Amino acid sequence: MSFARFAVRRLLEMAATLLGASFVIFGAMYLAPGDPASFLLSGRSASPAALAEINTQYHLQDPFFVRYFRWLGQVLHGDFGRSIEYRTGVSKLLADRLPSTLLLVAMALVLVVVVGLALGWIGAVRGGATDSTILVATTVAVGTPSFVAAILLQGLFSVRLGWFPTSGTGQGFGDMIRHLILPAIALALYLIGMLARVTRAAMLEQLDSEHVAVARSRGVPERQVIWRHVFRNACGTVLTTGGLIVSTLIICTVLVESAFSIGGIGQLLELATTTKDFPTVQAISLFIVGLFMTVNLIIDLLFPLVDPTVTLGARRSTA
Amino acid sequence: MTRTLDIRNLCLRLPDTARPVLDGVDLHIAAGETVALVGESGSGKSLTARTVLRLLPKGAETEGAVEVAGENVLALDPQQLRALRTGRVAMIFQDPRAAINPLRRVGDFLTESVRLTGAMSEPDATRRAAELLTAVGLDASVLRRHPGQLSGGMLQRVMIAAALMGDPVLLLADEPTTALDVTSQAEVVALIGELKERFDTGLLFVTHDLGLAAAISDRVYVMYAGRIVETGPAATLFTDPRHPYTLALLAATPRLAAPGGRLAAIDGQPPDLRHELTGCSFAPRCRFATQLCTTQAPEPHSAPGAPGHLAACHHSDRLEESAADA
Repeated sequence: MSFARFAVRRLLEMAATLLGASFVIFGAMYLAPGDPASFLLSGRSASPAALAEINTQYHLQDPFFVRYFRWLGQVLHGDFGRSIEYRTGVSKLLADRLPSTLLLVAMALVLVVVVGLALGWIGAVRGGATDSTILVATTVAVGTPSFVAAILLQGLFSVRLGWFPTSGTGQGFGDMIRHLILPAIALALYLIGMLARVTRAAMLEQLDSEHVAVARSRGVPERQVIWRHVFRNACGTVLTTGGLIVSTLIICTVLVESAFSIGGIGQLLELATTTKDFPTVQAISLFIVGLFMTVNLIIDLLFPLVDPTVTLGARRSTA
Repeated sequence: MTRTLDIRNLCLRLPDTARPVLDGVDLHIAAGETVALVGESGSGKSLTARTVLRLLPKGAETEGAVEVAGENVLALDPQQLRALRTGRVAMIFQDPRAAINPLRRVGDFLTESVRLTGAMSEPDATRRAAELLTAVGLDASVLRRHPGQLSGGMLQRVMIAAALMGDPVLLLADEPTTALDVTSQAEVVALIGELKERFDTGLLFVTHDLGLAAAISDRVYVMYAGRIVETGPAATLFTDPRHPYTLALLAATPRLAAPGGRLAAIDGQPPDLRHELTGCSFAPRCRFATQLCTTQAPEPHSAPGAPGHLAACHHSDRLEESAADA
């Protein structure tokens, strides 16, 4: 299959999935107990006149599908409606909070890739006591939920040692990075452990393979054997976890941003959910679904470059 | 004149085994000579070939000498060992599909050894790779293909070309036809024989196929349970075997001339590595075995009038009589 055909097919699939997701996300509001109007009033009693006004303002008396398609039409024009809680446009709300979340996720992703690959590599190649130590460390990392890591890191490095701020996002780029270091570590810890284990296992499998023994028998220097044959061939397996890594990062921002009071998308999602701010929850949910699909599309397009024995479209997404 | 390969009293022990996996192996190859090493699975024939490149299993301990053109392989430092592996000795492996990295192009596989060790510049290496591909009957365009796009027979030709890249004095072929279909087998064997002449290398051909060994080699070594039990010229060893194991192997070989007959399988199992061996390793399965065989290991001795034909058997004489009877 040609690259262009594959890309077009996947984009169409993506559009269809997003449409389905939008329906589920919109409909979920009506599966929640109680009717939307009383959520909007958040338990306060209101006069029938006020209730009627709310019903008109939010078109609550219209049939479900009419409201869905009206909402969908607005979304397609980039209008996610007004936040009930913040009384501003949801798009602006998201745009304000996106930079800190993206920076946090990017920092965590760099940590995961660099530290995770390095630990897996060293464990597989060195073996012995080094490997055992790394194995124990990654087991602990995989077993530590990000909110526990967040509390531990805050307690040690912010409260006790005072090296990093306990919370907030900071002003300016440098200060923002400083504020986000601990949250990024908390966010990355589990995934570092996971990626290190996947990398280690994939490299050990290759180390055991015949073609590696053959490369050695032909006098290829050991460093090159590891780089060109062991790590290179392990890359496919490692890339497969990419989708899982990015989705886990995004989901865990909800916990970590709340723990460190970072004004990002994750914290907004948490607040919007507890205050039943439906337009905001819908917009963020749709955004996250779109992000997942984009990441998976990129990985699928990259895959044939990493493994030429796989043709475009032969591998299905795993996350 | 120095021998291309001279293995003297090679013993190889692995951890957690009661007896050596290779037990006093003596084997030599003269310049340009073709030698076959035959034996059943687990007899140690592949391990013997791998020892020449010092491709040893983890924890292996060696004794004795393995000399390539006068240089003891077992005593080389890492840099000398790398030089040996890129240059003088090259191995053709059993299964080319497993031996060649599927993710890298054929050209990369052919040239990487000489390129990465600095033995050849990249353009020189590519030029030589293209020449050798032609020599093994493939087109130079194969350089840009991935292994998955080639058949098993084509890949084994690539493997042979790769072995010739460093201009070796000795080729080790470890059952190079086992993983191929029958037509490719014949082609690959013919090709190895032809290229061996053309590039003037010694050849150690490891196989379990007696017919193939007889057809390709000048001399044959027969291996059983880590020991060389018989060696001699290919022309006489199979017509006039002097060790009961060789005789049994011949009887167990299917023959087209007499189809339908039952194959004479050798009774019993090869000895277990977990038990020590006293006496002759083949004694428990041998119909000629006597009390002597179970207590004293036989030394190789030559046949009367044939100094190159050695057998490690107490009863070689009786074997000759029995062969004469039959």
